[in-house]
This record gives sequence, C-alpha cells and structure tokens, in this order.
Amino acid sequence: MSLDRRDFLKLGVAGIAIGAFPGLAFASSEIVKKKGQRVVIVGGGFGGATAAKYIRMWSDNKIEVVLVERNTKFVSCPMSNTVLGGSRTIDDLTQGYDTLKKKYGIKLVQGEVKAIDSEKQKVMLANGHLSYDRLIIAPGVDFMFEQIEGLNAEVAATSIPHAWKAGAQTTLLRKQMEAMPDGGVFALSIPKAPYRCPPGPYERACQVAHYLKNNKPKSKVLILDANPDITSKKGLFMAAWKDLYPGMVEYRANSAVTKVDVAGKVAKTEFEDVKADVLNVIPPMKAGAVAAMAGVASVDGRWCAVDFLTYESKVHKNLHVIGDAVSAALPKSGHMATSQAKVCAAAIIELMQGQTPDQHPTIVNTCYSMVSDREAMHVANVFRFNAEKQAMVSAEGGGVSAQRSEVEGTLAGYWLKNILNDVLM
Amino acid sequence: MKMIKQQILAIVCAIGAMLPMTSAHADNDKHARNLSASCAACHGTSGHSVGGTPVLAGMDKQLFVAQMQAFKSGARPATVMHQHAKGYTDEEFELLAGFFAAQKR
Repeated sequence: MSLDRRDFLKLGVAGIAIGAFPGLAFASSEIVKKKGQRVVIVGGGFGGATAAKYIRMWSDNKIEVVLVERNTKFVSCPMSNTVLGGSRTIDDLTQGYDTLKKKYGIKLVQGEVKAIDSEKQKVMLANGHLSYDRLIIAPGVDFMFEQIEGLNAEVAATSIPHAWKAGAQTTLLRKQMEAMPDGGVFALSIPKAPYRCPPGPYERACQVAHYLKNNKPKSKVLILDANPDITSKKGLFMAAWKDLYPGMVEYRANSAVTKVDVAGKVAKTEFEDVKADVLNVIPPMKAGAVAAMAGVASVDGRWCAVDFLTYESKVHKNLHVIGDAVSAALPKSGHMATSQAKVCAAAIIELMQGQTPDQHPTIVNTCYSMVSDREAMHVANVFRFNAEKQAMVSAEGGGVSAQRSEVEGTLAGYWLKNILNDVLM
Repeated sequence: MKMIKQQILAIVCAIGAMLPMTSAHADNDKHARNLSASCAACHGTSGHSVGGTPVLAGMDKQLFVAQMQAFKSGARPATVMHQHAKGYTDEEFELLAGFFAAQKR
C-alpha cells in the first residue's frame, strides 16, 4: 500500500492535531488554525497594519492575514510632538484595531514574538506558534542604550525618556516639562542619522519651546545634535526658532551624548557636561528586536537589506521587511512605511499567484512638521525604483515648503486624519 | 480544407494577439493601482479623502491630468502638489487619472 497525496495530507493534519496537546507532543500548537495561503505580519504600526489591510483588500480576502502586535492599541508617532506642545493629547493619537478585524477579516494576535524559525516558516510566541507561507516583519526601531553610559530601558521609562515611540514616555516627558521651573533647561539629544523621522527632533524643539514660551518664558531648549548639522528642513527650522522662539532655542552640532548622570540630570558629550532640568536623550537606533531574532539585520548589524520590488529580505526567503527597519536611502517616516507596505502587499499577492511583481514601484513621502500649535512645513518627495542601482532613488522636483504657514498646519492635521484612516479603517 | 486551416490560423493569431494585450492591460491596471496607493496618506484609501484634501475617487480623467500638468508647470500654485507632480511622468499622470476615475465616489 502506498500513501497517496490525500493520505499524506491527512497524516500532516494528524501531526498538527497532536501538537494541540502539549502533554503528548514535542511541538508547540498552532495559535490560529491555518486555512490556505497565509501571510503572518509581525508589528501593527504604520507599515504592518497597512500591509495587513492591503493584502486583504487587494486579494479579495483570498489570502489569510494574521497580524501579531504586542500593544492593544495603535498610537501614532507622527504628530506626537504636539502632545508636548499641548495642542493634542495622546488619546487623540490612539486608535483600536477593531475595524481591521471586522471589516477586513484580519486575525489579530496580541502577544510578543519570542523567536522566528525561517527554515520551518514559523513565528514563535509564548502560547504557541503561527505557521506562514510568507512573513512580513514591521518591527520599527529599537534603541541602542548601550552606546550611552548610564542609560537603559528602565531609566528611559522612568527618568530620562526618549519619547521616540509615542505613548507612556510622551506623557512622562510632558509631565516633566510641567514640573520644570521657569528659567530651567530642557536638553534634547539627537542621535547620528539614520534614525526614525529625520525632522522629528527639530520639530520637538519647536513644540517644547512653544510650551515654554507660554508657560515658562525664561526657560531654554538646548539641542545637542550628534550630527554635523540639522539633518532636515534646516532653513525652515532655523527661521522658526528665530522668529517664533527668539533666544529660547540653542543648537549645538557634533555633540553626541556619550554618558548620562541619571540622578544629577547631566548629559556628557566629548566637550562638555550639560546640566538640565529635563533631559530628553534620544539614543541611536537600529531595526526593532524582531529583525535580529529573524537574523535579517545584516547591514551593520542594525538595518535590513531588502529587494525593493518585493521587500523580501536579502538574507531569508519568504521573509519580508518593511518600514523603519529597512536599510535604504528613504526617510524613516510613517508615510514611507505605508508606501513600502503597499509595494510589499502587491508583490506578495502576485508571488502567491505565481505572477511577476510590479517592476516599477514608485512611491511618495509627505512629512509635515508642526512648529507651533498652528503652523507647519513639509518635505515631499517621489521615489522610484532604479533597476541599475537596485535601489529606490529620489525623483525630480521634491523639496520642502517655501515657508511655514497656518495653511500647512491645517493640512498636517488632515494628513494625520487621512493616513490613520488609510492604515486602520 | 485549406479554408478551414486559414480560419484556424486566423483564430489562433487573433487569440495570440489578444493574450499579451489582456495580460499587459491587467499589469497596467495593477501598476496604476499601486502608483495611486501612495497618494492615500493625504487623499484617503483609493482616493476617498476623509477631509481637507480633494476626493480623487471618481474624478474626471481629463481634469485630473490637467490639474497635475498645471501643478507640474507651476501654472497652479500649491503647497505640496507641485513637488509631487514634478516627480511623475505624463504617462504616470494618465495611469493615476485612469485609476481614480474608475473609483466609485
């Protein structure tokens, strides 16, 4: 008697069934029973949530999507600096995943990934595993605390917040600003590029100055930038500091913070010790921990090299990386993560149907910075795939605002409304 | 017999001519869809803006192309769109216009 294909499949199913009884078997159990072709997505931020929605939408719900996210809610990092300035609350930026589940049939698994087996194509969680045909990781960034003596995750959560992921630390930093004496110093340390959201730290300086101007006008914002110059929208930020917050914002280039004295609130650079009332150290960044777990953070041990037609990792097959974790000449922004997610979603659908992915991905980035409660400016670019370079390159015509304006401040609010709707609704 | 052969040949040729066309057409549609997807951050999913920016879904094709050309040339001043318009080719304007025109408002 020989086994035909059907018998073989039955045996396979029996094998999985045994896995459901941990007492009997060595294997962990499948958390969500797999039906047909499945994409597992790890990380429900801008990139991951968008990929989930668009794979369902563009495959006419034919491909199963399981989205793994450790938080119960989505909190937008874009615009979270305005929580410091006081024109928004963190609740304004917080949204649930209900619509993704109900409208698109995405299976949401709340939990932390423990390991990724790229050979057996499984994602391991504490309570079992998820098998995949293709995996997308959208792990965002993690912080290299070890590069700053005295700093670690615990210190960041309790006394020297980075607040570079919107949430509890954003609220903590705002509280510290409220407790700061008039005439105090808010020191902001910016890591060497690449980091998440290039204009973000300079926008933060504006938002902090905006709060201080109205509440503690004798105070100062001191920027310690590890970079040799302002990395984004330089002229616009310098004008905003000069016009809106005269004498309040001081900028120091080439000032990497290497050590902090937690109790004394002192930041040490190569040249000086800076004593602050509020210390906001944004550490150097790398791809989120899941990238290292998957073994795909191959660029300097920090970022992930991908094929820009599919966002498939250059290290492992059937494993895609999108968003801030990707090594590219693309800005690490929310809009960019959603644009990459859509290229990846379209490519995965084609690949699963045995078709060739779009050979000419062309994507857009639009990024606003709020310099007060009302005024904003932007940077906008089209990026297209260059086959010769195998890279995404900036197209002609991109650039920044001619000047900051209230019109752009209003548009920035609508940008947030539209992008959150596109990602989650 | 000869006629039948010719007819068959004609049919085969016709099918042959149609096949790559249909497939190229589908690819073009998908490329247009993929191109348009990046606009959603400001203009909503498939051009269904939820506020502050024009609804592109269902927009007249000629009007869309004319507006993009005007942004590109500078004839129509803009805060952001002149920069994006300069990044696209005329052919891409047509593809974007076709996709948005086909979306239900």
